[in-house]
Amino acid sequence: MPAGTLYRGREGMWSWVAHRVTGVLIFFFLFVHVLDTALVRVSPEDYDKVVATYKTPVVALLEYGLVAAILFHALNGLRVIAVDFWSKGPRYQKQMLWSVVGLWLLLMLGAIYPVLGHAARELFGS
Amino acid sequence: MATTETTAAGIGPVEGGSVYCVDNPAPFIEPPRLRTKKTPRSTRGNFEMGAWLFMRLSGVVLVVLVLGHLLIQLVLDGGVSKIGFAFVAGRWASPFWQVWDLLMLWLAMLHGANGLRTVINDYAERANTRLWLKGLLYTATVFTILLGTLVIFTFDPNIR
Repeated sequence: MPAGTLYRGREGMWSWVAHRVTGVLIFFFLFVHVLDTALVRVSPEDYDKVVATYKTPVVALLEYGLVAAILFHALNGLRVIAVDFWSKGPRYQKQMLWSVVGLWLLLMLGAIYPVLGHAARELFGS
Repeated sequence: MATTETTAAGIGPVEGGSVYCVDNPAPFIEPPRLRTKKTPRSTRGNFEMGAWLFMRLSGVVLVVLVLGHLLIQLVLDGGVSKIGFAFVAGRWASPFWQVWDLLMLWLAMLHGANGLRTVINDYAERANTRLWLKGLLYTATVFTILLGTLVIFTFDPNIR
């Protein structure tokens, strides 16, 4: 651990950690995603072959994880902007974090069927 | 250290009544970044401030672009099941979605690259390690942005 840093171990720190981790994960996915999309310049068959793997149940679960990371990073990013630019932002940072978590949970519940539905139909039959 | 050329602006009253009075004046604390004629001109520029601002501005735009992208690709109209070459060709036939994807590519890559630059600065303690990691990061970033841009601009729906 780098010397001379202050880890305070409360909501502020953990949301910062989660923001970092989700940000790095999303960025690495982005590299792969640009590469797979670049296959449309190679041939329709190669592109469709790779995208077919994205429709398997295992990758559907990874997609759900990607949605989770992006939604948290987006909502918490808006909270960071509010903390920086809204005069009362720092005072309400905790309330805003719990609002972010609440909204995130709600959206993740809503994403279950659209993102994982096809995987469930494949696994258990429709 | 009190000086005569500045006033105590910025020091508000202490909550619950001041402990200072005429006989016991509050110590004057000079604003830490007060710029005077004697302050040497900064030679560093405002790159870090620009980067900080870019993260917030691009972040707001990306929330709209990326969540819209997720909604279209993973939720609406059968979710991921409908995606294929034909679907991509249909969307990139419209300049609107070309611009959407191009803007999303550039903003997301630059936003992510700057984020990872911060992470490298934070955790790589040796100057040489930082140099190599950032060299790798910038190379991969430029390559990916150029590749993605090329793909959007040269997309050919009748490739075969």
